[in-house]
Amino acid sequence: MSARAPVIEFAGVGRTYPGPPPVPALRPADLVIRRGEYVTVVGPSGSGKSTFLNVAGLLDRPSEGVYRLDGIDTATLNERDRTALRGRRIGFVFQSFHLLPHRSSMENVMLSLLYTGAKRKERRARALETLERVGLGHRAHAPAGRLSGGERQRVAIARALVNRPSLLLCDEPTGNLDTTTARTVLALIDELHADGFTVLVVTHDPGVASRGERAVVIRDGVLRETDPASLTAEAVQAVQDAQAVQVAQAVQVAQTVHEEQTVHQAQSRCVR
Amino acid sequence: MKGRGKAAPVKQTRFAARDALDEATAAMLARPARAALTVLGTLLGVAAFVAVLGLTATASGQISKRFTALAATEITVEDAPEDRATADFAFPSDTEQRLTALNGVRAAGMFWRPTIPTSEGSESGVLVSARPPSIAAGQGEPLTVTAVSPGYLEAVHARAGAGRLFDSFHQRTGQRVCLLGRAAASRLGITRLDGQPAVFVGPTPLTVIGIIDEVDRQSATLLSVLVPSVTATNLWGLPGGLQGEAPKVLVETRLGAAPLIGRQAALAIRPDQPERFKVTVPPDPKQLKEQVDTDLGTLFLALAGICLVIGAVGIANTTLVAVLERTGEIGLRRSLGARGRHIAAQFLTESAALGLLGGLVGTSLGVAAVVGVAISKDWTPILEPLAVLPAPAVGALTGLLAGLYPAWRASRIEPIEALRR
Repeated sequence: MSARAPVIEFAGVGRTYPGPPPVPALRPADLVIRRGEYVTVVGPSGSGKSTFLNVAGLLDRPSEGVYRLDGIDTATLNERDRTALRGRRIGFVFQSFHLLPHRSSMENVMLSLLYTGAKRKERRARALETLERVGLGHRAHAPAGRLSGGERQRVAIARALVNRPSLLLCDEPTGNLDTTTARTVLALIDELHADGFTVLVVTHDPGVASRGERAVVIRDGVLRETDPASLTAEAVQAVQDAQAVQVAQAVQVAQTVHEEQTVHQAQSRCVR
Repeated sequence: MKGRGKAAPVKQTRFAARDALDEATAAMLARPARAALTVLGTLLGVAAFVAVLGLTATASGQISKRFTALAATEITVEDAPEDRATADFAFPSDTEQRLTALNGVRAAGMFWRPTIPTSEGSESGVLVSARPPSIAAGQGEPLTVTAVSPGYLEAVHARAGAGRLFDSFHQRTGQRVCLLGRAAASRLGITRLDGQPAVFVGPTPLTVIGIIDEVDRQSATLLSVLVPSVTATNLWGLPGGLQGEAPKVLVETRLGAAPLIGRQAALAIRPDQPERFKVTVPPDPKQLKEQVDTDLGTLFLALAGICLVIGAVGIANTTLVAVLERTGEIGLRRSLGARGRHIAAQFLTESAALGLLGGLVGTSLGVAAVVGVAISKDWTPILEPLAVLPAPAVGALTGLLAGLYPAWRASRIEPIEALRR
């Protein structure tokens, strides 16, 4: 295990958004993810998950510490090289898929090969091959807008895979899917991990997080490694509590807004 | 270990021109109706542009055709005294010399239709016959008899098909000779001159010394009997009084000299009373052309320009909306390795392609309009390649300029912000 090369190396990496007041969204943390590992990062909204994802995905620069991706110190790279590294070494899977609805599944997958300089002839073959890998070879020519949610996420996964990235970075991969479909997508991610891909899944769902080999809980910007198996019991409760509070708050806000609107409508009726 | 230690150079990402074109085409095809509407402004602008230039060229061509070099070098000086009844004969006998002495005059000659007394008072004027009236009284053709000085023959570019033209000898000595126009000769049945035929103008016999085959101007000459002006004066007297047409002088100038000679001619002929002549100068074709160019051209080119600006604003607006609408797509592309400039290039290509599309369709419509107008007016459509060929490029340039700001905005969108949507 330890012989395998690290893909992600966080050495005291933190991210503080400049104030006033400064917001420490990600406290300085050390984390190593090695080739072929399946790691999940779990936490409620507002815990610093997105910040972690943005930093790990090279979409944002850490404000402190050293982040090495594939052994390359990302702090020394200029914007051009960061973009290249992101495009070639990281495969993103988003919660909202981000497919181009008017293009076919194949064209959506080929989009990944557009900027990496793959030969035009190769692109089709590789895209089709990857679509077949995720079990969508028969839908290669269907417009992405006509696909079901599960199919869309599988096309998005194919798009992330087609460049053979060092890291598959999934942001809430099942957030927009029903439970049955989510299960098939998670099964696919398990398979990809079994094939040797390095997988990092960021999620709020402890059920999803428990499928990883390793799990990292993030709360208030602090990363803490934990046993994936423990997540299903206690952490579920904790996360759900946190969510329940948020839901309650949201409901309260909604009610206030609604009352204000009602008052406003009543007033305008009176004026009339 | 691979890739360890120093920052291994990462191969840069790229965005080939062909891929940019593909992306632009795909984006336009994704929303064809919107693309069509966006293109409309540019389309109208370019169409107006091509149509204006084409129609102006066509109209100018039409004018040039009407005012050929031949017409542009012809001046007529007509005697138009205040009181015709008492006026003397306008042209002195050396009129030709006076005019040819002017720089720019090629040839000049008098001509008039003499008033020939008719014996029987026939209504159709004098009859001309190849047979003497003693044999065939009252028979003959009602041909025009014209008294001309030799310079006139030169001025109309008369070319003799048979025999010869008369010259200053016949003129000076008042020889009783005449020339027949080709049509007049065939009406009289005269085809050969070796028998030295004569024609009878009323009772007066005149020897035919030549038949005129071709003239370049005053084509009525071909249906006339031409008599040297001195001979005509001897026979029928000077024109004047209230009868007949006023005598005229035909002047052929060098190309471009017509306006100048037009101002000088009257003074050269009669310095004592130049105001008695009416000088007809051909309209200056250049002036006319310019008039058409300035009057129509400026107005419509301005309209075409306004259309193009509106088209550019339309493209800019749609592209800007598209940029805002496709923020998610921009974020995705950035996450796939697209640099800011790749995003800018994509949107620029898209707006330029829209402009080019408008330019192509607009050019076709403009050409069709020019050809349509030309057909309906029986004109020759003239389309300058220099006006038509760059027209689609003008559309593309419009699109490119319109896309600059939206493309810049698109390139500045942060991937994090874009992906959050």
